[in-house]
Amino acid sequence: MQTVQEPQTRRTRRRGRAPQRGVSVVGVIGDLLVTAGVVVLLFVVWQLWIGDAIIGAQFKDQGQELSDSWALEPSAPAPAASSPATSAPTGPPTADPPALPQPGDAERFAVVRIPRLGPDYSFPLAGGVSASRTLDPIGLGHYPDTAMPGQVGNFAIAGHRGSHGAPFADLPSLHIGDAVVVETEQGWYTYRFRNIEYVRPNGVDVLLPLPQQPQVEATDRIITMTTCSPRYGFSERAIAYGVFESYTPRTEAGPPTSLTSGAA
Amino acid sequence: MYGALWRVLPGPWWVRLLILLVLLAAVLYGLFFYVFPWVSDLVYPSEVTVE
Repeated sequence: MQTVQEPQTRRTRRRGRAPQRGVSVVGVIGDLLVTAGVVVLLFVVWQLWIGDAIIGAQFKDQGQELSDSWALEPSAPAPAASSPATSAPTGPPTADPPALPQPGDAERFAVVRIPRLGPDYSFPLAGGVSASRTLDPIGLGHYPDTAMPGQVGNFAIAGHRGSHGAPFADLPSLHIGDAVVVETEQGWYTYRFRNIEYVRPNGVDVLLPLPQQPQVEATDRIITMTTCSPRYGFSERAIAYGVFESYTPRTEAGPPTSLTSGAA
Repeated sequence: MYGALWRVLPGPWWVRLLILLVLLAAVLYGLFFYVFPWVSDLVYPSEVTVE
């Protein structure tokens, strides 16, 4: 019995297999489902480890291009940068920082350089903190109506931490005294990282002229950098503060030493 | 579907493999540089500002 049945079974198996050599509807659906699963996994990998490197590199290139364009075409001397205040023992001379006008929405007006986060760290900074117009497509955004670089008060900017190039991915790993340099067409504003704190998403007091101190007149020149916390989450905000150190006009002497020497 | 693709491709096995790898690279490039950034905008909540 078995010797007779076995060839039949093999034959039926072969017959059953035969349609699979062509293209069957079920086969195509199965392949598509497997493909979709692989694509979703690829997206997760991309979002966590690859995308920010790709987009971040594009943003840095754009920032460097902006910087290069300023270097090639030096503009007229800055309006208020004529009186040298202090002169560092080494490096280019410093001066009183010129007051910049508030930028328009999504208008690129500066390049932020943080040597601690990489020698090629050069993210463009534009007006406004709208995700769709400034933070997603450009990089860093300036809170409207907060102070401009180098001015008394609070120069406040925002950036992504886990998406869209993630310019502030490693913001909490800054060391005290690290340089945060804001490069504009006229020159370089050097801030020194001071401290970091974590606040609720509605903690708008970090944007006050003197952060967290309502109704106190500002006397210091502060930079405030906001990003999300935890990374990939949004239940809190990480706030990094820096204190203004010096302004270096764009001259033949070149960029300030803070860009190359790292922490003070 | 992929079996049929393999049979449709011309040449010896290594030519087919080469063609498939090139196709795969093109698909990955499109995903990584165009599709995923677009999807990321749609699905990833990005709140970095205080308001």
